[in-house]
Amino acid sequence: MAVNQLNHMEYMAGMEAIDSNIMDKVLSKIADYDYQQFTGQDVKKALAKQLLSLDDYAAILSPAALPFLEAMAQKAMLETKKHFGNSVCLFTPLYIANYCENHCVYCGFNCQNKIRRGKLAYEEVEKELRAIAATGLKEILILTGESRLQSGVEYIAEAVRLAAKYFSTIGIEIYPLNSEEYAYLHQCGVDFVSVYQETYNTRKYEQVHVSGPKRIFPYRFHAQERALLGGMRGVSFGALLGLDDYRKDAYAAGLHAYFIQQKYPHAEISFSTPRLRPYINNAENNPNDVHEKQLLQVMLAYRLFMPYAGITISTRERSVFRDHIIGMAATKISAGVRVGVGGHGEEEKGDEQFEISDARSVKEVHQMILKRGLQPVYSDYIRV
Amino acid sequence: MSDQFMIGGQEFQSRFILGSGKFSLELVQAVVENGGAEMVTVALRRANLGGEENIIEYIPKSITLLPNTSGARTAEEAVRIARLAREMECGNFVKVEVIRDSKYLLPDNYETIKATEILAKEGFIVLPYMYPDLNVARSLVDAGASAVMPLAAPIGSNKGLSTQDFIQILVDEIDLPIIVDAGIGRPSQACQAMEMGVDAIMCNTAIATANNVALMSKAFKQAIEAGRAAYLAGLGRVLNNQAEASSPLIGFLED
Repeated sequence: MAVNQLNHMEYMAGMEAIDSNIMDKVLSKIADYDYQQFTGQDVKKALAKQLLSLDDYAAILSPAALPFLEAMAQKAMLETKKHFGNSVCLFTPLYIANYCENHCVYCGFNCQNKIRRGKLAYEEVEKELRAIAATGLKEILILTGESRLQSGVEYIAEAVRLAAKYFSTIGIEIYPLNSEEYAYLHQCGVDFVSVYQETYNTRKYEQVHVSGPKRIFPYRFHAQERALLGGMRGVSFGALLGLDDYRKDAYAAGLHAYFIQQKYPHAEISFSTPRLRPYINNAENNPNDVHEKQLLQVMLAYRLFMPYAGITISTRERSVFRDHIIGMAATKISAGVRVGVGGHGEEEKGDEQFEISDARSVKEVHQMILKRGLQPVYSDYIRV
Repeated sequence: MSDQFMIGGQEFQSRFILGSGKFSLELVQAVVENGGAEMVTVALRRANLGGEENIIEYIPKSITLLPNTSGARTAEEAVRIARLAREMECGNFVKVEVIRDSKYLLPDNYETIKATEILAKEGFIVLPYMYPDLNVARSLVDAGASAVMPLAAPIGSNKGLSTQDFIQILVDEIDLPIIVDAGIGRPSQACQAMEMGVDAIMCNTAIATANNVALMSKAFKQAIEAGRAAYLAGLGRVLNNQAEASSPLIGFLED
């Protein structure tokens, strides 16, 4: 570690520390997680249960579970039906800025990359919102790059106030905040907060987050809890699968969500499953590679471990995968997605963070959901 | 023989209330018709008035809407959702549902009593969803509820009458319609609840997730009717495994 680098486990000035033992619990569980020890018998036993224990969850994430994917999928489908019926929620993300202060070696937005940076003016935000609302959507996820300087809390708050005019459900995926700031954004209209830990392996986390406030592992880890303390309704969890050992990371993300739900029983829990795509020609070589089969295993494991949790399927996955995973494990799907800054009402003002694989419009995704015998849901939340 | 089923001064011919939250909307009408339901719940948070896939547009006009307060975590939120429902012209009925546990979705009885009291005073016909507890049910009566809706098992679990004994106590002691709400997984369980003297059944998941929803709806209708008829008829004597000796204990009186 270079001498001038921040200690990734120590809070920086201004970062709120809360009283919580959840991080210690999760880190100690993953330190002990040896997925090679599980056998097919363990997986079968887990699948025969109605409520899975932490060990059952560990078993169905293990390599021993791969031959049981079909059985897992069938059980997952039943659980999804029990808890969500035929409903599949629709939403779209809106990137309002892509400035970033962090140097994360895996990310297209990272501050060292020479990409076109942009930030929407309020009139532009509203134009985007109007264009999205015209597609019938009622739920929006507002995203920024992680820069307090360029896209401060007040800027985001104003964007949220504008969004509240058009949308009944507003989520944010921005840099982690203190609980008071979450409370402020909640007042402005935000109810759902997504923060992804990327990896729960603190050493790997330190290596790939070279500089910037994101380097501070515990501040990011406790973001969901601070969001709930700020009055948010729901929080989303996820690891960037493939960045490190995806089985351990998925196990950790599940436990993180599980312990949060235990401590805050009212919280609505959901998962996302972003992944780093394996290099072509490297198929099956690297044990950390997350191909569709591994991704499916993780999504099914989340569903079986926490059958009541929402699971969002990303536009980064191809349409065939997306079409099959809804109703089986996923409960929410994005549609009409642009991942540059803006791009719904006007031309994009900044470059994309990643490429999407499913460019279908809201109407097209709506039709696909109906064709699969499921019910597109636009509104699933009422703010009172 | 007359067998009136009244809630809040309104008479219903059908004792089958349909929950709608898990359905494909295009199937709702067939389910209502096949099941003969006269009352259908609507989660206000799903209504999306004026927007895409507004559930209210899929419910036949002759049906009484039972808006529910799903999503409410406190009495105060439930009250606000109920008032919104009234503003949206969903009528005076409201199913109070206050849940602050995302895992089991068990109702918070304490907050439910509070919301029921406020809404009943405002003229709503309040049907509170509750965990079957006699003391709570009595408080709900005092709070002005028009029926009580105890759960049979956790929502969506299809586990049937897990709380059977406690529901029976409510049937015996509470002088309001008892509507078994969550957990009924198959028609036979609905029938069994009706045999116990429950007044009506609300069902959602078991029908919504059946292979043939219209046919399953019809099966529930018939089961509910059969259970009601059996209750009215008075169940006959059901023997345990052994045959009975005529008077093994008091036979000595004849000695």
